[in-house]
Amino acid sequence: MKYESQSIAKMYFIAAIGLFIGQILFGAIMGMQYVSGDFLFPEIPFNVARMVHTNLLIVWLLFGFMGSAYYLVPEESGRELYAPWLAKLMFWIFLAAGVLTILGYLLVPYATLAEITMNDLLPTMGREFLEQPTIAKIGIVIVVLAFLYNIGMTILTGRKTVITLVLLTGLVGLAVFFLFAFYVPDNLVLDKYFWWFVVHLWVEGVWELIMASLLAYVLIKVTGVDREVVEKWLYIIIAMALISGLIGTGHHFFWIGAPDYWQWLGSVFSAIEPIPFVMMTLFAFNVVKNRRREHPNKVAVLWALGTAVMALLGAGVWGFLHTLAPVNYYTHGTQLTAAHGHMAFFGAYVMVVLTMISYSMPIMRGKKAANVNAQKLETLSFWLMTISMSFITVFLTIAGFIQVYWQRYIDNPLPFMVVQDKIETVYWLREISGLVFLLGLIIYVYSFFAKGEDVVEVVKDNAVTS
Amino acid sequence: MRETFTKGMARNIYYGGGVFFLLVLIGLTADTVTRISTTDNRENITEQVSAGKRLWEINDCVGCHSLLGEGAYFAPELANVYTRFGKSTEAIKGFIKSRPKDGIPGRRSMPQFNFTEEELEALAQFLKYVDGIKTARNWPPNIQG
Ligand code: HEM
Ligand code: HEM
Ligand SMILES: [Fe+2]
Repeated sequence: MKYESQSIAKMYFIAAIGLFIGQILFGAIMGMQYVSGDFLFPEIPFNVARMVHTNLLIVWLLFGFMGSAYYLVPEESGRELYAPWLAKLMFWIFLAAGVLTILGYLLVPYATLAEITMNDLLPTMGREFLEQPTIAKIGIVIVVLAFLYNIGMTILTGRKTVITLVLLTGLVGLAVFFLFAFYVPDNLVLDKYFWWFVVHLWVEGVWELIMASLLAYVLIKVTGVDREVVEKWLYIIIAMALISGLIGTGHHFFWIGAPDYWQWLGSVFSAIEPIPFVMMTLFAFNVVKNRRREHPNKVAVLWALGTAVMALLGAGVWGFLHTLAPVNYYTHGTQLTAAHGHMAFFGAYVMVVLTMISYSMPIMRGKKAANVNAQKLETLSFWLMTISMSFITVFLTIAGFIQVYWQRYIDNPLPFMVVQDKIETVYWLREISGLVFLLGLIIYVYSFFAKGEDVVEVVKDNAVTS
Repeated sequence: MRETFTKGMARNIYYGGGVFFLLVLIGLTADTVTRISTTDNRENITEQVSAGKRLWEINDCVGCHSLLGEGAYFAPELANVYTRFGKSTEAIKGFIKSRPKDGIPGRRSMPQFNFTEEELEALAQFLKYVDGIKTARNWPPNIQG
């Protein structure tokens, strides 16, 4: 670690992992409710568990992005963080807002939460992923603005690199598009249209900039390849992300009352959305193959490669599967959507944050890499989580096909609940895979405490130091 | 990548492409916003419908159901529930009203929300309005949603 203030990332990462555990516990609860409908009813209704699951996901990913930025930006900029105290203060505000929101979901009925938080003054609650009380949303805006100011000033008064500029652009975009969360018109078509300006333009737009820059940073560090090469890749990856993803938003406008031309535009542009993910995979394998050093943190390299591959599968392949309008006509809003949502979020954003943590955490704890045992355990958890998530995705895909066939495709379609009963076995298999995921996560957490010998460094011929 | 393709070129594609397609998206959005007046059933957005939408939101109905295919996949699609229930707001109200407080043993069940008669009517009117939105190819594909 070159700069003292980089270590602020540590608290952000610890909070992220803590909330990640909560997310998965509630995922497992919902998986149970899918097979045994009255599980925890009426204490924890499905919709409450779902809000907790998805909101924890988003909040911990934001913790992960912020932590990553606090770690990376001072080093790239060649100076201490502009205002370390502000980063620490915002950590506590964000954690308090996040925890209070989740407790609110769990302790009082949602309608009561809306009343207590005076949702009527500026109604923004009750939309998927954006369920937070308005006051919590305002809290998020304040935290993100303070964060942007802090890293923005660090970048602008220090050395500007392509990585930090791309990261900053992505983070500013994240903040700007979140503002659409405050626009909730009575007209449902407009409501839905602009809701996607948060959800789609995040995950298939600006978050890809964040992801690509974090990946580029870690790859430079662990492989020692030339910055020029990495920067060229980075530009072309994010160029393709925006060129495809902006108009690609149209793949959500097929059936919500928007004009018909979106069926063409949405299909064509979103069909090229996999390209940036293909390029990220080529890029990651290429630089690892041409590496100029053997970094002792082997598991960080594994995470980086895993991110590229799983993002390509989850977003690229599973996204493409249902993105053409004639296919989406049948699959829209089925378990296939959930299959894709899981693998894409996991492969791209969960894994890129875990990559950053894997690379930086040992350094913040005073070592270049975790010890041999810790790396072994972390590697085991990598495979357990990655493989079980792949199984979750496959089972949900099968569930989706069954659902589409009986409920949408045949001549005398069956009612929703009748079809759900046919899928029970597959839902059991999904839940079992989910428990394996949880096991992987427990091992992951445990790996931070494992003791063992340091990894012996092998120096390659043309190695560069540090 | 080959040397003929320089970093400067990649950067220009990024800035040029990004800005260009952002502008295209803004243009298409302006066009969409004007065109949807013929499909979004706005003539039927009464005060009651607005109140119903608010109730839909503050009870997080979308946390179990989908509406025009978006939301959760735990409970049936509701954009065409008005048609499915024989174009009867009474049937919708009756269903919501009769959910057992402690659920149905072993099965997924909808919570009992204890809505007032006025609230039930608003919700039913909201769902009726949604059913009237003209979607491409008349989505959902059939009455089962
Ligand atoms: C890492 C990037 C991505 C993430 C995190 C992601 C995540 C998601 C999620 C969570 C949903 C469900 C939204 C809802 O609740 O309604 C969704 C829907 C969808 N995604 Fe992605 N996605 C990504 C990339 C892609 C790509 C690259 C494509 C196309 C190639 C794609 C195609 C779609 C389509 C067509 C839907 C709509 C499904 C439906 O009609 O129900 N996604 N995505
Ligand atoms: C133990 C493992 C997990 C289980 C059993 C599980 C289960 C579920 C269930 C049942 C839903 C609700 C689907 C519905 O609306 O009917 C859901 C939604 C969701 N979960 Fe998970 N989950 C797990 C892990 C994860 C992980 C690791 C991620 C992040 C990468 C994740 C991200 C999501 C997202 C984005 C949604 C919303 C999907 C959509 O709207 O299409 N889940 N999950
Ligand atoms: Fe999308």
